[in-house]
Amino acid sequence: MNINLTLIGQTLTFFVFVWFCAKFVWPALIAVMVEREKKIADGLQAAERADKDLELAQKKATEELSSAKEQAAAIVDQANKRATQIVDEAKEQAKVEGDRIVTAAKAEVEQETNRAKEALRSQVATLALAGAEKVLGQAIDAKAHNDLVSKLAADL
Amino acid sequence: MAGGATSTEYIQHHLQNWTYGKLPEGYTRYDGTVLGESTWTSAHSYQEAKDMGFTAVHVDTLGWSIFLGVLFLFIFSRVAKKATSDTPKGLQSFVELIVSFIDSTVKDTFHYKNRMVAPMGLTIFCWVFLMNFMDLIPVDWIPTLAANIAGGDHFFFKVVPTTDPNATLGMAIGVFLLMIFFSVQQKGLIGFIKELTFHPFAPPTKGAAIVLAPLMIAINFILEFVSLIAKPISLGLRLFGNLYAGEMIFILIALMFSGGLLFGLFGGLLQWAWAVFHILVITLQAFVFMVLTTVYMAMAHDNHDESH
Repeated sequence: MNINLTLIGQTLTFFVFVWFCAKFVWPALIAVMVEREKKIADGLQAAERADKDLELAQKKATEELSSAKEQAAAIVDQANKRATQIVDEAKEQAKVEGDRIVTAAKAEVEQETNRAKEALRSQVATLALAGAEKVLGQAIDAKAHNDLVSKLAADL
Repeated sequence: MAGGATSTEYIQHHLQNWTYGKLPEGYTRYDGTVLGESTWTSAHSYQEAKDMGFTAVHVDTLGWSIFLGVLFLFIFSRVAKKATSDTPKGLQSFVELIVSFIDSTVKDTFHYKNRMVAPMGLTIFCWVFLMNFMDLIPVDWIPTLAANIAGGDHFFFKVVPTTDPNATLGMAIGVFLLMIFFSVQQKGLIGFIKELTFHPFAPPTKGAAIVLAPLMIAINFILEFVSLIAKPISLGLRLFGNLYAGEMIFILIALMFSGGLLFGLFGGLLQWAWAVFHILVITLQAFVFMVLTTVYMAMAHDNHDESH
């Protein structure tokens, strides 16, 4: 337990160790730790930002969805309307067409009737004369009775 | 325990450092030989170690403290070189745990810009802890091994550097020199002298009372100088005292091992209990040494003129 040169040796050793630690050990370790701290802080910030982004995106998606739904509903509505319209139009058209066909048919029938009447009319004199000849048993002067028969035919 | 030695010899043997020093001309050695000229040699007895005076070195103290300091710096610098800022693994996380602990402790007490103080805190904490830690190795293991290698019971070998006042006071002197250096650097030589002489009693500067100024300055100087000197001495002796007492108790417990099976078992139990308690002591003393060093550094940086 004597005090001797060890005292000075220990002091010098102390300075050398402190110098070495301050030069090669401490700065490197602290730098690494500070860098990691920054990394973590950045990461947390990024996570927060991502969280916010996600929230925003979700909100946007919901909005988009509801607007799409609205749009779809509008489209369906429109389509329904249009369908009704088309059906109505088609009905209208069909009716018009039907009317037209009926009208045409009626006209044709009338025409046909008229034609038949005309044909009949042209032959009625002959027929009437033939009938009358048979009834009278003799020929009838066609000329003499032509007026009469024509009058008859015109009445038909 | 060396066979045949008395308890007193056993204890004495354990408290003697391996001393390598200069013996003067005409000195009578332990074996009766007289030295023809002054010689550097290892002391073979307590008397020789004492007679070497200041021109001697405790080889074991210096050897162990340098070995442990280099071990600490080797491990830490290796980790520092390989350190990544990604997830730390194994040794790196352990080292970073210590570094961040020291960093926050130093930042709590030391608020000035100085790139020396925190690394110094780390060095002191780890180094002193490792030196203290040697106390937990059973007291006879390494000395017996060393004596067997060196061949001879006279071979002195102390394993715990901090039980040598040279080691603890040596570090305290280092701290003291840094204290003075930073004081002068921060306040200038005049500021430092003023700090020693103008506090705590401000000497009168005008009026008739000015004749009292030299007396006040003298009183201030005595008070401040004593408190300045007391810092390194208490710093060194506190560590030494705690570890020396702990070592002494380990040695006393080790004495029981020669007292038969029952005593031996009881001694083993006591040694275990004391070692467990000592884990606390060695860590606490390393921490106290570091914190006080930091506080002294902060005091050296603290400028009274600004705060007043």
